Amino acid sequence: MDWRAPRTGGLALLAAVILVLPFALINNYWYEVAILIGINAIVCVGLNLLIGYAGQISLGHAGFFGLGAYGSAILTARYGWPPAAALAATTGGVALLALVVGRPILKLKGHYLAMATLGMGIIISIVVVTEDRLTGGPDGMSVPAFTLFGLGLAGERTWYWVTGGALLAAVWLALNLVDSPAGRALRALHGSEIGAQVSGIDPTRAKVGIFVISAVFASIAGSMTAHYSGFITPGKVGFFHSIELVTMVVFGGMASTFGAVIGAATLTLLPQLLTALKEYEMVVFGAVMIATMVFLPRGFLPSLMSELKKRRK
Amino acid sequence: MNAQLAQFLLSGLTIGAIYALVALGFAIIYNASHVINFAQGEFVMIGGMATVAFAGAGLPLALAIPAAVLGAVAVGLALEKFAVEPARGASVVTLIIITIGASILLRGLATLVWDKKLHALQPFSGNQPIELAGATILPQSLWVLGVSLAVLLLLGLFFSRTLTGKAMLATSHNPLAAQLCGINVRFVLLLSFGLSAALGAIAGILIAPITLTSWDVGVMLGLKGFAAAILGGLGSGAGAVVGGLALGIVESLGAGYLSSAYKDAIAFVIILAVLFFMPSGLFGKKSAERV
Repeated sequence: MDWRAPRTGGLALLAAVILVLPFALINNYWYEVAILIGINAIVCVGLNLLIGYAGQISLGHAGFFGLGAYGSAILTARYGWPPAAALAATTGGVALLALVVGRPILKLKGHYLAMATLGMGIIISIVVVTEDRLTGGPDGMSVPAFTLFGLGLAGERTWYWVTGGALLAAVWLALNLVDSPAGRALRALHGSEIGAQVSGIDPTRAKVGIFVISAVFASIAGSMTAHYSGFITPGKVGFFHSIELVTMVVFGGMASTFGAVIGAATLTLLPQLLTALKEYEMVVFGAVMIATMVFLPRGFLPSLMSELKKRRK
Repeated sequence: MNAQLAQFLLSGLTIGAIYALVALGFAIIYNASHVINFAQGEFVMIGGMATVAFAGAGLPLALAIPAAVLGAVAVGLALEKFAVEPARGASVVTLIIITIGASILLRGLATLVWDKKLHALQPFSGNQPIELAGATILPQSLWVLGVSLAVLLLLGLFFSRTLTGKAMLATSHNPLAAQLCGINVRFVLLLSFGLSAALGAIAGILIAPITLTSWDVGVMLGLKGFAAAILGGLGSGAGAVVGGLALGIVESLGAGYLSSAYKDAIAFVIILAVLFFMPSGLFGKKSAERV
């Protein structure tokens, strides 16, 4: 086995980090932060497939995340569905929605695509805030715990292992997808759409396919958040959460699955550390965003890798 | 004409004029640099909040307004110099994140310099509604429409009659060719940010007496302005104005006749519907391909 390949070495390293990390998590607060990182990382790994590999921007992925969260919440809390069935139905519903809107949206390019995905996300968030009979409106709603075969998932420690396992599965799926014919087709599309088309790739199918997959990743992460925290508010559905997610992907390094994980970890941790700054939090966060993009336009991990390669020579 | 309809049209036209000014700011920066400046809404906020602050400090409106516009221009120039210029040649996503970072930074600064409260700016000339075709219109709405029209005319003259304006147009068509003709492309870029900041600030000042202003007022206005710019077709000046007015009027009609709770969603539903059928907006160059 080649331990330098991301599919073996990288995955093993990530598993090792997940296994060792609990020794450093001194209390439930840090468990909570770790779970949050894991959930954001799952969304980012999916979003990175779309932005990094297929080269299609989405400023509306918090919408899919929110649909996942509210779908699970509404089906279990309002209609008494078993959580696993609610999760399956919600994921299927989001996949179908992504398939239907994906076709016309992904015809657009550049800023027009940015606008369309942004609009889609904002519409979803306005619906969530306005339909307060179902969603509880701006105040949010509580969600029952996740149970499977009579077994309840509760507590930070249990959810830590669930999230860790889900993240490993997401990363494994993404790495395999990238090296599959579908993944190569996507990278070809990113390089030259016409070139890819000439080589027999159907751009619409490839793009819509990856859009649906990234939406499903976000939706599942949303459902997990809803059941884990037991309460969900529209904040997680809004425009700013979409931006946060894209920033994580770009900060970590586009077209790098582990970069997406690192981006999610860094940008989830940063606000936790910045709360100490109180009223200066927003200013510092904005300044950090600008500075990293100006000085590391390719993102953290790819910049680090090329620096290491240079040193080795 | 039906009085209610007239009322909706008038208020739609007023807010539409504001969207048009913000959309023009997007278009000018886009033309000069192909950057979508997501901090455009913050210029709107700075205009309104700075005028409130200057007026609160005892300055008469006639001085507070130009001072606020100048302040916004200074911020716009600084944004170009310290955030956009160093990242030239970066990808679209990177530039989007930089300007969004700038907008977060500016909102944070606004809460530090000013506060997180809502502020009212006094109307420019009284609050006595004027009867018009069965509908009433606030004097401030007339100010919005009049000043917007004047700004449009001045911009039109600037781009068609002055050398600097023509240099900006040339740069938008082909930066390399413009540079070969001796146009200072970097100066054009800087100027575009200053001009857009001024437009945004004017919009923010005009609307502040009607809708109040606060540190986060720029978010929705910025996004709606972007929607208006896209609706008209990115980079088209006339498109931005038509897009802004159309968005304002449809939004006002929709809020009046359909649902006021979904007022903010209407703009985005329209933009999605238009983009699905016309992928380059109403007046845009055909840039999107069918796939």
